[in-house]
Amino acid sequence: MAKEIDLQMRQRRLAWFLVTPAVVIVIMIIGFPLIQVVVDSFLHKKADGSVPPTFAGLGNYQFILTDPDFWQALGVTLIFTVTSVILESVLGLVVALIANSDFKGRGVLRVAILIPWAIPTVVSSKIWQWMFNDIYGVANIVLANLHIIPNKIAWLATPATALPVIIAVDVWKTTPFMSLLLLAGLQLIPGDLYEAASIDGANKVKQFFSLTLPLLLPTLLVALIFRTLDALRVFDIFYVMVGNQPGLETVATYAQQQLVAYLDAGIGSATSMVILIIIMIFVIVYTRFSKTSFE
Amino acid sequence: MKEESQSPVLRALFYLLVLAVLVFNLFPFFWAVLSSFRPSNDLFSTNLIPTSFTLVHFEHAFADPRFTGSLINSLIVAGVTVLIALAFGSICAYALGRLPFRFKAPVLYLVLVMTMFPQISVLSGLFVLLKNTGLFNSRQGLVLTYMIFTMPFTIWVMTQYFRSLPRELEEAAYVDGASPLTVFWKILLPLTTPGLISTGLLAFIAAWNEFLFALTYTVTDDMKTVPVVINSFSGTSGFETPWGPIMAASMVVTVPLVILVMIFQYRIVAGLTAGAVKG
Repeated sequence: MAKEIDLQMRQRRLAWFLVTPAVVIVIMIIGFPLIQVVVDSFLHKKADGSVPPTFAGLGNYQFILTDPDFWQALGVTLIFTVTSVILESVLGLVVALIANSDFKGRGVLRVAILIPWAIPTVVSSKIWQWMFNDIYGVANIVLANLHIIPNKIAWLATPATALPVIIAVDVWKTTPFMSLLLLAGLQLIPGDLYEAASIDGANKVKQFFSLTLPLLLPTLLVALIFRTLDALRVFDIFYVMVGNQPGLETVATYAQQQLVAYLDAGIGSATSMVILIIIMIFVIVYTRFSKTSFE
Repeated sequence: MKEESQSPVLRALFYLLVLAVLVFNLFPFFWAVLSSFRPSNDLFSTNLIPTSFTLVHFEHAFADPRFTGSLINSLIVAGVTVLIALAFGSICAYALGRLPFRFKAPVLYLVLVMTMFPQISVLSGLFVLLKNTGLFNSRQGLVLTYMIFTMPFTIWVMTQYFRSLPRELEEAAYVDGASPLTVFWKILLPLTTPGLISTGLLAFIAAWNEFLFALTYTVTDDMKTVPVVINSFSGTSGFETPWGPIMAASMVVTVPLVILVMIFQYRIVAGLTAGAVKG
């Protein structure tokens, strides 16, 4: 007995010893900067320190919330998030169902869907920018040759055509992640359930809606949370494909612009806080929803 | 879903769908590879098979010292990031997955929240931190900030791995009088090697692809990483966008990743889904 208690003591001491370095690193790079962001969001402060900081009260928040550019960026971010997450979920589910069924070439498909995921976002954005180039882009040439469009389109020049292309890049890049998660979820569903359903005379469509979908819901919700949080902070695709083009800013490119281009640490920090609050609202809504649907 | 039970029409439709998925997934990558080998005067052609091949775009890309320098920077930053995240992350994960201690549940919960933490919300805070510590515009600074997304992820996935190992393994060793540290080092760590590989690979890919921090926290060309340099590629003339060299440089940084992903396919999928499905 004494030996066991001694072992527990040693395990506890070791546990603290092992956890501490990681915790210290995380506090240093998330904890401190986060406090700094909260404090700075209430200050008039230049990022290069050229002017001594002064107290701003809610001035920075007031600036953002009355800035039409911010509201436009928020609108773009929400349209992007809702559209891309819905498309990725539906396509991801289709691909997962295909990859989960028995057919020749399943292995090839499973490797192929990983490729877009492995490509750096900057590179995928460049590839799509090139494909949708106004003069040399393959999209314009093919569409014009097939007489689907009368003239070549400058896709990335206006929000109305640029946003669908940007959403397509995101869907292309992140559907693999969605399909992999859903595929893992599908594989957790016991096969005998389907056999039982077949014996009971349920057809494939009925099996999908009364068996597959409800059992897949927990996985789908987790995947939705991951994707939504990712989409809300989208930066790379927009920055690379359209820069800070008016009407095509997101809340993240807006925040980065405030900090780097205007060197305004106060407004930049306040924007960061607003993004964090928006994301937290989404998390709370999702967790509420998932709780009520399972209890 | 056995295919024998389906009618030929349904089966044909099914394979058409598979084909559509394959084309959608592979065409952009395929097109980029083609473009990187096409002579400039042939770039506007949409022939699927180019009439002539050239390596001139690759020569252009490698002749640019910013590109070669950024390759080295990216390798160092991503490599060191992975080593540090794996070292501190896996010992932390051992404690969380295997050892009894108070506040274990809150620490685990915190780690999970951190894996989803939006980087943009500490952008200005980290900027100040790097300026104050003199790490702004340095590889060390990037490595430090990359811990934000690699450390919590490593801890979370590795904790799942440590938890999945059977209890009996260490009990026998404890009976023999081994210390908890010996049990970790000699028995459990070797068993989690597959986990370490897949987690390390995923962390490497994440660090290699990172753009926002690299763009914001480096100013001089000699500190920039690959994604930042590819984004600002302007070639020799400076007026026209040099699509050939951009595609060539893009393929240089992408093809090794694609090959790695193909080789470690199963492990990557396991690592990617470990956090999400079980959590």
